[in-house]
Amino acid sequence: MRYSKGLVAFASLLMLAAAFPVAAQEKGTFKIVTQTPLSGDQSLAGEAIKLGVQLSIEDFGGPFDAAGYKVVLQAEDDQASPTTGVANANRIINDPEVIGVVGHYNSGVSIPASEVYAKVGLTMISPSSTSPTLTERESTRLIANRVSGRDDVQGPAAANFAINTIQVKRAYIINDKTAYGSGLADAFEKALTKLGGQVVLSTGVDQKETDFSTILNRARLDKPDLIFYGGTYPQGGLIIKQIREKGLSAKFLGGDGLDSSDLQKIAGADNMTDIFFTTTSVPFGQLPTGNEFGAKYKAKFGRAPEGFSAYGYDAAHAILAALEAELKAGVIAPSREAIAAQVRKVDFDGLTGHIAFNGKGDIKEAKYVVVAVAPDPANNKVVSIELVAAPLD
Amino acid sequence: MLTDMLLLLPTTLIDGLVLGLIYASIALGYTMVYGVLGLINFAHSEVFMVGAIVAIEVLIYGLAGTGLHPLIQLVVAIAVGGLAAGFLAVAIERVAYRPLRVRNAPRLVPLITTIGVSLFLQDSVRFVESLFGQFIRPFPSFPFFNRQIVLSETVFISNRTLAIIVLAVTLLAGLYYMVHRTRLGKAMRAVALDQKTSQLMGINVNKVIATTFFIGGVAGGVAGVLYALQFGRMDPFSGFIPGIKAFTAAVLGGIGSVEGAVLGGVLLGILEVVLGTYIPMWTNNAIGTEYKDIIAFSILILILIFRPNGLVGRAYAEKV
Repeated sequence: MRYSKGLVAFASLLMLAAAFPVAAQEKGTFKIVTQTPLSGDQSLAGEAIKLGVQLSIEDFGGPFDAAGYKVVLQAEDDQASPTTGVANANRIINDPEVIGVVGHYNSGVSIPASEVYAKVGLTMISPSSTSPTLTERESTRLIANRVSGRDDVQGPAAANFAINTIQVKRAYIINDKTAYGSGLADAFEKALTKLGGQVVLSTGVDQKETDFSTILNRARLDKPDLIFYGGTYPQGGLIIKQIREKGLSAKFLGGDGLDSSDLQKIAGADNMTDIFFTTTSVPFGQLPTGNEFGAKYKAKFGRAPEGFSAYGYDAAHAILAALEAELKAGVIAPSREAIAAQVRKVDFDGLTGHIAFNGKGDIKEAKYVVVAVAPDPANNKVVSIELVAAPLD
Repeated sequence: MLTDMLLLLPTTLIDGLVLGLIYASIALGYTMVYGVLGLINFAHSEVFMVGAIVAIEVLIYGLAGTGLHPLIQLVVAIAVGGLAAGFLAVAIERVAYRPLRVRNAPRLVPLITTIGVSLFLQDSVRFVESLFGQFIRPFPSFPFFNRQIVLSETVFISNRTLAIIVLAVTLLAGLYYMVHRTRLGKAMRAVALDQKTSQLMGINVNKVIATTFFIGGVAGGVAGVLYALQFGRMDPFSGFIPGIKAFTAAVLGGIGSVEGAVLGGVLLGILEVVLGTYIPMWTNNAIGTEYKDIIAFSILILILIFRPNGLVGRAYAEKV
């Protein structure tokens, strides 16, 4: 982006004028930005992440207040769209008070937006983007992190479960043609074939498609015992509904994109037999301090947290821990690069497990749980835990 | 493989027919308004969406737990959703199109207005739903509609499918009768041919146009309810794609003609489902089902190259 010199001078004058009176009273404000979908059909998850971050800032922001700093949340809406996410990112990097980003929800948005953050060394921790590409690119090596697992690990975890626990022989694989969905489906397909399962059909569907009869009619002939879906809950719920309406009894397995209490609403509570998803987000009720978190969250926001709330909470906690380390080292105005470097050194027990990143920005130990979906989301049950380490750097 | 394809054919045709009848019911709204005004009403896809969402809210908040038979619940929801859509269409005409018509605005202007109204409605519905923390509106599931009449291992028809086919055919037949056999229909056809002369013959043109919008809107709203029943959900933005496809169906059939809309809709629906199922089988999944729209629309372009006025359209069309 290019500005004329006059404009830049004018803008910096304005900024000086705005910053000066405040700077006299306090040492500075640090902004943590959340970039998640706050409108549109994935807003439930996006809102949950935002509220998790807000709670985290309230819980861990105290020491900064005491030291004369202020930590605030700035919530952005990326609308689950790469275009909007990148446009927001370009705006955010020009605000010198922003020290870290928690986001994005979707891999397809995290990847292009991280390129923007990398330009200014701004650290980003995604609570939920599981596409391997996010942490595999040199261009964003220093700033892209995630507290969730990866699809190339989530896929094999799902395949392990499919073959060993529910004895799948023949599978249909459907993906929604997004970076997340196709990455997950590919990883699952490879792992399943390796373990001796047969993939009868592997196909993509448009992300906005609502009619799956072209696939499900064939399934009636092929009789797969599992239908795997790589994608998110708005479409996943519909596929489940149509599978059961077609009278198919195949088991259904998907990734963490299905992890939402809206899944049951869309698919219909009475269609919930033999529906499973793998997720990095352990249901908050089953985390060591999860119920405490759930109660606090509910008291504050008037609703129960979603699975990803806890991950947003930990992601923000990691940024705050990095900031704290930098301030403790005696730096008064930490640079973005320094905070990004400190993020890689954090090491604490968070809500969702042990939080420590490897050199690529992947969390060192990712926990995958397989959840059996119940008619009421509150009764979703963890049926298996697959512990898989991130691929080494 | 050949036997597989034969076994699949009946189910595929039924699914295609259901989709096609829904397209046809939406297409009526486009074709009737075009017939009378020569205007392509792009806001019709939002009328369709509003009809569906109103019906879903009626089912969820009004009828849930009343213990009424699912068919009665469905008919009540269709009545409310259809009427809401009809009145919305009339309101749109009154507020956004009539003032332009009265001022003799160039033809491009109302077209742009329809797009504006469409965007306005999408976001208004999104805003209203978001006040209640809702976005995706799932159609409540009734075990009754899932029950299937199994004719053979691969051929089966669910109560849902039967209900949709019966309701859509009734709607289409009713409209056909109305346009071709009633005084109102005659007035509509007269206005379509020549507004000024119709006025001289004592026809209240504005009233006829408003009625056309109302009827088209009701048909769109009913189609929306059927669509939500078939595919299970509706959200403020999900009117767009079925709307565009129904518009295509109207053009394919010959825009301005009721029979054309029905023919175009059914043809498009069947093409989409049949080709979407068979092409992946023929190509051993090299061309997946995600390309079904591309295939269906390529055929459509071919048809229009050879019949530019649509299947039943004439160069000098008797509109509506």
